[in-house]
Amino acid sequence: MSEMDLASLVLAGDRLALARTLSQVENGTADGMSALNALFAHTGKAHLVGITGASGTGKSSLVNQLAQHYRQPAKQSGPAKRSGTAQAEPERRVAIVAVDPTSPFTGGAILGDRIRMRDLAGDPGVFIRSMATRGSLGGIAAATGAVVQVLDAAGFELILIETVGAGQAEVDIARLAHTTIVVEAPGLGDDIQAIKAGILEIADILVVNKADLPGVENTERALRGSLGLAQPPRPASQSIRRVVHHGQLVASIEPKRASAPPDQAWSPPILRTIALDGTGVAKLAEAIAAHRAYLESTGGWGQRERGRLQTELDLLLQNRLLKDFHSHLEQGEYARALQGVLERRISPFQAVEELVDKHGIGS
Amino acid sequence: MSERKIRVLIAKPGLDGHDRGAKVVARALRDAGMEVIYTGLRQTPEMIAEAALQEDVDAVGLSILSGAHMALVPRVLELLKANGQEHVKVFLGGIVPDEDVPLLLKMGVIGIYGPGTLSDNYVNDIRKAVVGSHA
Repeated sequence: MSEMDLASLVLAGDRLALARTLSQVENGTADGMSALNALFAHTGKAHLVGITGASGTGKSSLVNQLAQHYRQPAKQSGPAKRSGTAQAEPERRVAIVAVDPTSPFTGGAILGDRIRMRDLAGDPGVFIRSMATRGSLGGIAAATGAVVQVLDAAGFELILIETVGAGQAEVDIARLAHTTIVVEAPGLGDDIQAIKAGILEIADILVVNKADLPGVENTERALRGSLGLAQPPRPASQSIRRVVHHGQLVASIEPKRASAPPDQAWSPPILRTIALDGTGVAKLAEAIAAHRAYLESTGGWGQRERGRLQTELDLLLQNRLLKDFHSHLEQGEYARALQGVLERRISPFQAVEELVDKHGIGS
Repeated sequence: MSERKIRVLIAKPGLDGHDRGAKVVARALRDAGMEVIYTGLRQTPEMIAEAALQEDVDAVGLSILSGAHMALVPRVLELLKANGQEHVKVFLGGIVPDEDVPLLLKMGVIGIYGPGTLSDNYVNDIRKAVVGSHA
């Protein structure tokens, strides 16, 4: 298969071609890059939803339930609940990218997220792809963004991206996704954990999964307290409006939130779910839809797109410039600079200054 | 980055009650630097073929303890082929009577590894089969 074939087959809905393109892109091959070039014009339509949180909080099971919900919205949430949103919501094609860690010692990986997603088997509107991190530390793989672009071009309207079990610092997902869901579970730490920097800050939606376990109130309270600390009190008019419109916190994620004034900040709702039986999943899907509507009505969607593509451009530019720079160096020049640093004759900064002064861009 | 990893699906078709052996194999392949997709117990051949397609794997390892291998293995091979994945190498673990071994090999199974097999055996066989078909 040539690369042009691959891209056009992907656009035509060929699942084998899609799977192979994903591998080529993941491996960074020339074929993969050409396919990406051809597919890029078709991207930008999908809603990218990141799901992150510590190991064992139930991310995969939640993804399984969410995907099922999107495949059969009417059946899952009942007609009464849907009356407020767009009626006769069509089934949406869902892609799942599930990331698990690569062993730093052997380079191997066990990708086990599909175990929890067996309910999705046999549905042609769902495509699940497991990825190993291959050395990336941010919770997703370096190629996850590119893989998501291919799935976007292939016409999946919703792409759920599940990170590795992430604790505090694995926040790359927030740069990739439009909507980031942080999943917690009862019993995983005290309220100091909840005010540390990092993963909680990136949440657009907070989920306390395993809500049938004891301690769910404590977890929820700690999260709410932490969010309360994080967000400065709003002007009275706004908070009153919020109360009138939305009452309690859960209600603040109603779709009417989308008509909120553009200056109103999004406050992450805290939702309870039980991923094993699907409790709370319809509400979670509503929150995701509400967040999308919020982003679209406030211009946040465009901002996130811009930020994401800028990050990608910067990264590619860095890689490319570094490669070009290395090709300008004389044989052994880099090694000599490194040796100088090793022997403490020059600092790393001096080494870089010297190299760049001699071979700087444009010189 | 551009290094090509061997991707293997480890699957348990049928109604077996435990997956100890499958996990041992998955772990050994991981330690050999491969990416192993493990899908858990009680998979149908259709689920296995679908996962193999979506994950674009190079090999599929089937663990069968129930004695149903002569029904399950041909079905998996058939579905892989129907999906355009005849290049995928299929190997087998579990309990397989000696008299079935030549039949399964003839169907295209690359190796059958019962209890007590050293992991080097299947690791090397898989690597050879996969790398050979890409050369």
